[in-house]
Amino acid sequence: MSAPATTITAVTPEGPAGVATPAKRQRLRFVANPKAATGLVVLGFFCLIAIIGPWIAPFDPSARSNDLIQGPSGKHWFGTTHLGQDIFSQVLVGTRGVMFVGLLAGIIATALSVLIGVSSGFLGGMADEGLSALSNVFLVIPALPLIIIVASTIPGAGDLMVALVIGLTSWAWGARVLRAQTLSLRRRDYVEAARATGESTWRIITVEILPNLTAIIASGFVGTVIFAVMSEITLAFIGISTISEWNWGTILFWAQSQQALAQGAWWWFVPAGLAIAILGTALSLINFGIDEFVSPRLRSSGHTRVKTADGRTVKMRVGFTPVLSQNDKLDPVTPVVRKAADEAKGAA
Amino acid sequence: MKFLLQRIAFYLFTAWAAITINFFIPRFIPGDPVTSLINKFQGQMSTEAIQSLYVLFGLDKNASMWSQYIDYWGQIFRGDLGLSFTFFPTPVSEILGQSLPWTIALVGITTFASFMIGTSLGVLAGWRRGSWLDGLLPVTTFLSSIPYFWLGLLAITLLAGSDSFFPSSGGYEPGLVPSWNGEFIGSAVQHSLLPAITILISSVSGWILSMRNMMVTVASEDYITVAHAKGLSERRVMVSYAARNALLPNVSGFALSLGFIVGGTLLVEIVFSYPGIGYNLFQAVGSKDYPLMQGVFLVITMSVLIANLIADVAYLLLDPRTRKEG
Amino acid sequence: MKAPVLEIKNFNVDYGLGDQAVQAVRDVTLTLHRGEVLGLAGESGSGKSTLAYGVTRLLPPPGVISGGSVIYHPPGGDPYDVMALSNSELRAFRWAETSIVFQGAMNSLNPVHKVSTQMLDVIRAHEPQLSSEARVARAKEMLKLVGISADRMDAYPHQLSGGMRQRVMIGMALVLEPQVVIMDEPTTALDVVMQRQILAQLVELRERLDFSVLFITHDLSLLVEFSDRIAIMYGGRIVEQAKSADLYKDSLHPYSEGLLKSFPALRGPRRELAGIPGSPPDLRGMPTGCAFHPRCPHAFDRCSTEIPVLGVPEARNDPNREVACWLPGRVPVG
Repeated sequence: MSAPATTITAVTPEGPAGVATPAKRQRLRFVANPKAATGLVVLGFFCLIAIIGPWIAPFDPSARSNDLIQGPSGKHWFGTTHLGQDIFSQVLVGTRGVMFVGLLAGIIATALSVLIGVSSGFLGGMADEGLSALSNVFLVIPALPLIIIVASTIPGAGDLMVALVIGLTSWAWGARVLRAQTLSLRRRDYVEAARATGESTWRIITVEILPNLTAIIASGFVGTVIFAVMSEITLAFIGISTISEWNWGTILFWAQSQQALAQGAWWWFVPAGLAIAILGTALSLINFGIDEFVSPRLRSSGHTRVKTADGRTVKMRVGFTPVLSQNDKLDPVTPVVRKAADEAKGAA
Repeated sequence: MKFLLQRIAFYLFTAWAAITINFFIPRFIPGDPVTSLINKFQGQMSTEAIQSLYVLFGLDKNASMWSQYIDYWGQIFRGDLGLSFTFFPTPVSEILGQSLPWTIALVGITTFASFMIGTSLGVLAGWRRGSWLDGLLPVTTFLSSIPYFWLGLLAITLLAGSDSFFPSSGGYEPGLVPSWNGEFIGSAVQHSLLPAITILISSVSGWILSMRNMMVTVASEDYITVAHAKGLSERRVMVSYAARNALLPNVSGFALSLGFIVGGTLLVEIVFSYPGIGYNLFQAVGSKDYPLMQGVFLVITMSVLIANLIADVAYLLLDPRTRKEG
Repeated sequence: MKAPVLEIKNFNVDYGLGDQAVQAVRDVTLTLHRGEVLGLAGESGSGKSTLAYGVTRLLPPPGVISGGSVIYHPPGGDPYDVMALSNSELRAFRWAETSIVFQGAMNSLNPVHKVSTQMLDVIRAHEPQLSSEARVARAKEMLKLVGISADRMDAYPHQLSGGMRQRVMIGMALVLEPQVVIMDEPTTALDVVMQRQILAQLVELRERLDFSVLFITHDLSLLVEFSDRIAIMYGGRIVEQAKSADLYKDSLHPYSEGLLKSFPALRGPRRELAGIPGSPPDLRGMPTGCAFHPRCPHAFDRCSTEIPVLGVPEARNDPNREVACWLPGRVPVG
């Protein structure tokens, strides 16, 4: 369970200037970001598996067979469990649950964070005080233990219930970031102008404010999906959610409880774990793409070395501007540092 | 001072909120798991212990919500969190008292170390853009996307075993009695190495990345240009001008994400059967031991609040602007 | 004429590399003499700040110096080219020989360190042999000179007013007694009264410490009053330079004329204020020929095809004046 890896707090969108460029070109620029593109492709792949997984799975994931605890083979690509179940089919079928909970919880949490964050930032005053205290409380209370308690108290928590619990407890981070950004947008001239001309609050929020929050909302959504996927898998892994529905956490739960490690059955937990890590990386990459899209300075700069006219290589760096060529060649003189000059003066 | 008082007030409020949430969870969620447990242990429990569970889980349907709430608080203040069913008939508070030091030692130290290491690497990565450290970022991203517990499983398979230096489970050698002697401490450290490395690997990249991005942002501030113009040494500009300022948002970020991190690291204890709070939580979940679960949640929340307060004090010391006179 | 202290020769600055390079400063040749105040004026985007940052090699990426030299004449030593210094030589050169007061003192001071820390670290970096008492004494003395009492040494930047911060910055710039002080809009963020106070103090300090000033501002009226000579920049080039009085009385370039008209006269009869029509050129798409011709009331055919060179105008055979204009009488001799 990683800390929210996004650094969106450090990011200040360049406001209306960015909006002036046509939206279509901007979107293309985002997709052209190699990190975002890679992330989107991988995410798309998992979405596809989530839809078609149950149909293309070669076996029923729960069906037992006589191939007990066997390593990967042509028949069972990812090997089998202690009951002879096909792990490849379990991973394929389990993708749906993971994606469903991740996306649904992400949608619920994002909707809440927009509602609470934007109203808090826009309304100000007592409403703001109350709402931001609420989000700070939810931020500071450790979310995962809370989710575990709630989910284990509910009898027979299925995917839907788990998504609801995660969504309802993990909106605070997004709300906090959105509140800060709304606050700064509200003070911008064009919003002030809209207020002064008597635009309705609703219209100002939907037309002037929300479009400028798109990047932050998107990044918050992706961050929550990461968190939701991790939480859900954790719940399944420690055996809270129903083990009748397959997801990657359930696979790991069985692997752990049947001592897969002690039996050397690495294939039992490696595929599911890798799938989680790849999905998580893909989502993080999308978020880096969003961060860099919003504040281009964060891009890892490719061209830090510059070739000069006379074949030297100089580095682009803050504080020491590279000199590409000196057309007025002077005999190189070791600069007289002033100390030396002073001493000379003193000696004279 | 005003800043600190505000923060303390906020944490008191949060503590109140957390305890109140804990009060309402068993009362608002359908199902009554505790009654069946009480019935199961019928005859082995004193009436006092049963009464305390009634107060904690709101089983006394005749009492008004308000009087239940008052009783609940009274009991929390007495430190009575009920009896654990997993470790029947040990009180929850006693179990938590035993496991908390283990968690604080493991999770506390590694979280802090991870923050320090990640921040230092982030300073370098942000200062020297395009160096080999930038190439390291995707790797750390991948590592941080792996669930802690899975990385732990992998570490056990690859590194631990009966003939390995790293023990695969527990907090100390089974035959030893916990005490402050060299043998025991050595054994405890040996047992904590693998879980600690697991936590470190998966949590460090978040700090590297956020510090790197803050360094990049700070590098374009005017005072950095002035520092260069003053002809100060590279090290001085990087450390005492750039990193010193970039650290501030990272410290407040540290405070805010403690809740996330601690939640995740607790799972490492499960994998390693480490005798801390996280393992308690796992055991409680396994045997539907609700009093223990609720106790674990309260203790974790309170620890995180205290850690937050410490982070706030650190921030106060680091940023002169919050340290106004008077 | 006094001896030169800083000679900027054929200086070029680009933003970006190769095809994407934007030329921000073009072929600037400018000499700062010992003990003088040289004013550099122009609208925003004219390249005046870029020039200052370029000369000190402080331009952030993607800025690069694409040509030219900056010859520094140390007192009693051989001149050398600042552009040819290695990074460590450059570090030793900075602040000890040429210091800078930046635009907006609000952000020039490190918010987390005391004023004293920031004054002392620069002394320690350049004169490590000095004892710490001597350093403190030097810092205190300098702050006193700029009108900050010694007990403010332990203040943090946020505890000082804007004017005080700028005084601290000026004191810091002078603490190593450099030969050249570059000032980039040092008083823009301050109110007029504070501006005057600080400038008056600067004049006084210059007489005492005898340094040269390159003073950059968009406020030409300030320069007329305060500097010995003025250079006017437009579109990355110097378009005119002359003694302040000459420029004020009789500017030769239509752009200088326009700039002068857009400020109220300090003395003498009232005159009508008039802005310059149009807006400064976009560096990415400079007009052909004279960059000013689209806005120039006197432009004719030649202006849009040929770039005028800076030189001594035919009509005024005065070696102290230079202008880059194709108008009759202003074309350079030879």
